[in-house]
Amino acid sequence: MMNYFPGPSESPDTPPGTDPEPAVQAESLTVARGPRTVLRGLDFAVPRGQITGLLGPSGCGKSTLMRSIVGTQAKVTGTLNVLGRPAGHPILRTRIGYVTQAPSVYDDLTVRQNLDYFAAILDPGRAAATRRHDDVTRAITDVDLTTHADALAGNLSGGQRSRVSLAVALLGTPELLVLDEPTVGLDPVLRRDLWALFHDIAASRGATLLISSHVMDEAERCHRLLLMREGEILADDTPDALRTGTGSDTVEAAFLHLVDEAVATARQKETTR
Amino acid sequence: MNTTTTTAATTTTAPAPAGALSVSRTTATAARVLRQLRHDPRTIALLILIPCVMLVLLRYVFDGSPRTFDSIGASLLGIFPLITMFLVTSIATLRERTSGTLERLLAMPLGKGDLIAGYALAFGILAIIQSALATGLAVWFLGLDVTGSPWLLLLVALLDALLGTALGLFVSAFAASEFQAVQFMPAVIFPQLLLCGLFTPRSDMHPVLEAISDVLPMSYAVDGMNEVLKHTDMTATFVRDALIVAGCALLVLCLGAATLRRRTA
Repeated sequence: MMNYFPGPSESPDTPPGTDPEPAVQAESLTVARGPRTVLRGLDFAVPRGQITGLLGPSGCGKSTLMRSIVGTQAKVTGTLNVLGRPAGHPILRTRIGYVTQAPSVYDDLTVRQNLDYFAAILDPGRAAATRRHDDVTRAITDVDLTTHADALAGNLSGGQRSRVSLAVALLGTPELLVLDEPTVGLDPVLRRDLWALFHDIAASRGATLLISSHVMDEAERCHRLLLMREGEILADDTPDALRTGTGSDTVEAAFLHLVDEAVATARQKETTR
Repeated sequence: MNTTTTTAATTTTAPAPAGALSVSRTTATAARVLRQLRHDPRTIALLILIPCVMLVLLRYVFDGSPRTFDSIGASLLGIFPLITMFLVTSIATLRERTSGTLERLLAMPLGKGDLIAGYALAFGILAIIQSALATGLAVWFLGLDVTGSPWLLLLVALLDALLGTALGLFVSAFAASEFQAVQFMPAVIFPQLLLCGLFTPRSDMHPVLEAISDVLPMSYAVDGMNEVLKHTDMTATFVRDALIVAGCALLVLCLGAATLRRRTA
């Protein structure tokens, strides 16, 4: 059996959002995949109750970082605390919602059957049946799939399937949502609606969201940004501070500025050696 | 009676974390697996009809020698569920691994035992239907001459199905694609099929092969079927055979659970 000992974060006099302890705290976080080091000694913190964007080109280690936080990544060294516990702690499994990049749902079940099953894993037992039903209905409404609730997931479009996957992560009111490129391949209207939903989840449910993307215009919608490149964090700041700090108009320009700077300093080190 | 109103204030309290084995999570998993199959009626039809068709075929292949049909037919009643459940389970678990749903489930409060037991339960139910139809057809319509109780045939068939499910779950961990998974059928099942005493009594084999057949579970499945065929009551050999097959199934299921990793590279 698991021992449930209350951590320092659960003191009642600190309202959510102003919690001094971050949702995710990493110190010299390193991950190796085979012979390759994918994450190189990362130090960062993800504040609670906010949307933090994780941005960078494909292959820079975003997904590996997210899998480490969720606790499905092997060979993680350094310190990684999630909601006050070491990442992967069994107690976290009901408190984190996770969406993988490829939609992970059963194609041969309907949308509702998919959600019913995952809800039964999160909140099992016959006594919770009514609560589960409401939870599933709410999640389907959240991702705007009410009209497709009885369609087989395999018959849906790519964007619809990824929304089913997102709905699974919304079940059970998680405190931390880790979403790996949730808006890829969606049309502009749907993307806008989903970002509105993310902001609503952060504001009204007090949840923390960590959302990865390689589309820079989505960065403007985040409270904070982590810019990654080649397994390292280039910047950890608010979108405004990033733009003013680099003297750029957009986050995209700021990112390119930071990349150029990093490449230049790397080259300088090479030549002075 | 509405007891849910009291939970309104405490909806955020997390339910109990995953223990070793949770009955409701196991049955939810089994129900989900069966629900997936229900959307695939052709697979169900193939699973249930093929053993029956094969038995009919066999009956008329041995039209002139009903004694041969008795012994081979009884053995096949044990072998069919093993092979079909092996195939279905290895592909189903492989799909679970490649679709990302396994990673999602293991990031949730689902015990590895819940998943394995859920699969075993779902395919066990399917195996009961399959074996009941095949056994009923063989005994009542094809004139399979059984001295013992057909219920015991059904019991062995069910244990064989569980063994097949267990082996399928286990080998799917070593298959990276569907191509590899189906190749495990000849690799894992065929040697057992050749050595189980179906074609020739095990005592007539080369001593080395006989020794190998002594450690393969399918040999005991076929032995058990033949015990029912020849004896009116449950013999000690039958009990031993049934226990060995059940023990092997349980052991391989545990090995299968050990191949599930929450953290992967």
